[in-house]
Amino acid sequence: MKKATPIIAWNSLPGPEDITRVELPNGITILTRSNFESPSVVINGYLPSGSLFDPPEKLGLSYFTALALMRGAGKRNFQEIFNSLETVGASLGFSASVHNTTFGGRSLAEDLPLMLGVLADCLRTPTFPPDQIERLRAQLLTGLALRAQDTADMASIIFDAAVFAGHPYGNPEDGYVETVQPITRTDLVDFHKQRYGPRGAVIVVVGAVTADHVIEQICKVLGDWQNPEQTDPPALPAIAPLMQTIRKHVPLAGKSQNDLVIGTLGPKRCAPDYLAASLGNSVLGQFGMMGRIGEVVREQAGLAYYASTSLNAWIESGSWEVSAGVNPANTQRAIDLIRSEIERFVREPVSAEELENSQANYIGRLPLSLESNAGVAGAILNLERFQLGLDYYLRYPERVQRVTVEAVLEAAQHYLDPDKLAIISAGV
Amino acid sequence: MPTPDAHHQVRLSNGLLIQLKEIHTAPIISHWVWYRVGSRYEQPGKTGISHWVEHMQFKGTPRFPSGILDKAISREGGYWNAFTYLDWTTYFETMPAHAIDLALESEADRMFNSIYTADEVESERTVVISEREGNENEPLFRLGEAMQGAAFEAHPYRNEIIGSMDDLHAITRDDLYQHYRAHYAPNNAVVAIAGDFETETMLHRLERIYGGLAPAQVPQPPQLVEPEPAAEKRVEVSGPGETTFLQLAYRAPAAREADFFAFTVLDSLLTGPTSLNMFGGGGISNKTSRLYRALVERELAVGVGGSLQATYDPFTYDMTITVHPDQTPEVVLQAVDAEIRRLQQAPVKPDEIARAIKQARALFAYGSENITNQAFWLGYAEMFDSYHWFLNYMERLAQVTPEDVLRVAQTCLQPTRRVVGIYRPTGAEEPNP
Repeated sequence: MKKATPIIAWNSLPGPEDITRVELPNGITILTRSNFESPSVVINGYLPSGSLFDPPEKLGLSYFTALALMRGAGKRNFQEIFNSLETVGASLGFSASVHNTTFGGRSLAEDLPLMLGVLADCLRTPTFPPDQIERLRAQLLTGLALRAQDTADMASIIFDAAVFAGHPYGNPEDGYVETVQPITRTDLVDFHKQRYGPRGAVIVVVGAVTADHVIEQICKVLGDWQNPEQTDPPALPAIAPLMQTIRKHVPLAGKSQNDLVIGTLGPKRCAPDYLAASLGNSVLGQFGMMGRIGEVVREQAGLAYYASTSLNAWIESGSWEVSAGVNPANTQRAIDLIRSEIERFVREPVSAEELENSQANYIGRLPLSLESNAGVAGAILNLERFQLGLDYYLRYPERVQRVTVEAVLEAAQHYLDPDKLAIISAGV
Repeated sequence: MPTPDAHHQVRLSNGLLIQLKEIHTAPIISHWVWYRVGSRYEQPGKTGISHWVEHMQFKGTPRFPSGILDKAISREGGYWNAFTYLDWTTYFETMPAHAIDLALESEADRMFNSIYTADEVESERTVVISEREGNENEPLFRLGEAMQGAAFEAHPYRNEIIGSMDDLHAITRDDLYQHYRAHYAPNNAVVAIAGDFETETMLHRLERIYGGLAPAQVPQPPQLVEPEPAAEKRVEVSGPGETTFLQLAYRAPAAREADFFAFTVLDSLLTGPTSLNMFGGGGISNKTSRLYRALVERELAVGVGGSLQATYDPFTYDMTITVHPDQTPEVVLQAVDAEIRRLQQAPVKPDEIARAIKQARALFAYGSENITNQAFWLGYAEMFDSYHWFLNYMERLAQVTPEDVLRVAQTCLQPTRRVVGIYRPTGAEEPNP
């Protein structure tokens, strides 16, 4: 049965007509879109100074540096920085991914200049006070201790290490206890000096502000930022596909539930078959109540509260994962069910109806995912990060519709091999 | 900020309360049905039954068999979900505006017509048990469950929403169906809708779809007479890991009590503002809060948080402290008590209250970006007071004086009104994959 395509209010989608994009002479790219429906504003952005710069013996350096930025910057100490933000109900935070140091914040529109001022201080002139660095280190180490007891986190870390062996994608951005311990204040200062700079930086602002105001305010605090020492990211090693199934279990005492991650490499974001793989992933483990995997593992077998799939696509590669939380006694049964669904998924094409359902979902959910300032800012940041083009969301429905069941099968077979999977569990 | 003029309230002759708010910023409608049933309404031996009923409500009706709606709603690009809490159970669908009838029809249908087959009940038993097992993996769930049990003697607020493992094994299909039939009726429900519609047209649709449903005699909650707390209680839980947690749970005012607003200011000062938004917005950091400065900045703790919830009956105000690896929870508790004494000894400065108000204003502004969150508020506030509680929130907060905060700190933050809980780690085994 052919069903009608959902109707979309096209004028609500971000596009070249309402996104302003400016490149400053020092290399910062600004993207902004106004929304006067609510009195708030969101900023989002990154610098190309992620964990791929981390030396192996100091994994977590980029993340540590990012979190240390707000511990003191410019003329302000830690309490003064947070006092200025929290007093007006604003929030700002930094983190790190493999490629980037990331930041995000929000405030009432009237407080955008204040928030940008703090952002610029933190990026340009962090002071890394020694006592604050030690305090932060204790927090990071506690985070790692909690992570070491978390079944989902541990399954995910061991999965990444197995699938991306020898590549920065295989390392956790927050490092390990033994690599965070030896990081010194000098390491943070040097990392900031050599890796942070305006070149390649992207800032997105969405909310109750005009583009002119945004550009003027950013230029005021970051327009004259220069760093001749800023280094470009190194070339990364090639990623080799799995040659056989890897089965590992992380034993964690005292747990009631095991977490499972099963999967392998997936497409990078700009791969031509990304969208076909993504729609296939929706059929496999997302659409409705977690797709085919949810249907089999949760609805039919009652084995898990959650069992779903995700496709994570980055610059150089990606991962295609099934995750589930199951009773320890049911772990092998869940693995078998998931493997047999993957086998079916690469053996025969999804049905035309399944594909149409997911296509309709992808198109219909666009306005919902883009209703808040944070949703729009995240979407615009992705346009820039993956060079998708400002008209990406306008062309998106047509591109989604063009994907065929054959293309989905081809993508499935290209990436997934039921005999070459990383199967990781954590728990008892 | 709440906008008082845009909202419309109607009660149908069957007792169903309808709350509407037109928002034309995006072609989206969010539709919620709220029922006055949750753990507050559960009998001993049947804990977790409200949450399990919520799960069963996704198993289909004769008109919309299992799985049909998942597909239909996802096809439209919409999303739906449900939540069970202390005072309420709620179901929502956020949809492209043109497809909202599907949500109205299906919610009205499953108010009465859900099928609870024995097979589905058994399959869902393992799903709910699995959900509980996932929670049990978390040290803070285990500590929180012990603390909640200690915080109340009689009131069902003492039970975890998900229920005890014993009860999850014992509850039968008939228990579930009976609980469903007893509490799901228009006179025990609120329908809340926000988004891109015309009020008059929507009211006609709602009258047609919900108006014919028959009201029912709804049972009252069980024993709710809870004595005032008389002495501090202590609980300890131990388990794997290296991290010690300290939790304090003080008996807090119910949302509709006048002192709730002074308590909101206390919460903001002590542990940073709590966002009551369910969707959108995120929170505000708490690094300048009194406890962060007293505990984290002095390296007694690595993190601190607080949570004040809007409830029908007095619930608890919780503080959760992640103890610094080189410290003990006993030392941390002394430092917490010193900060609380400060609040009990001298009035706070007016500008501290002004700050809490600005933070609340910002949190409301962030939440108002999201239509689902606005519809949420239309119904949520009705579950513990009325929507006017939400509309008047900022004004009530602005009326709080330093003397109010002092008085509430002196009365509500007495050690006799609290449970002190400690999670003591037994150490980590080195994972060896």
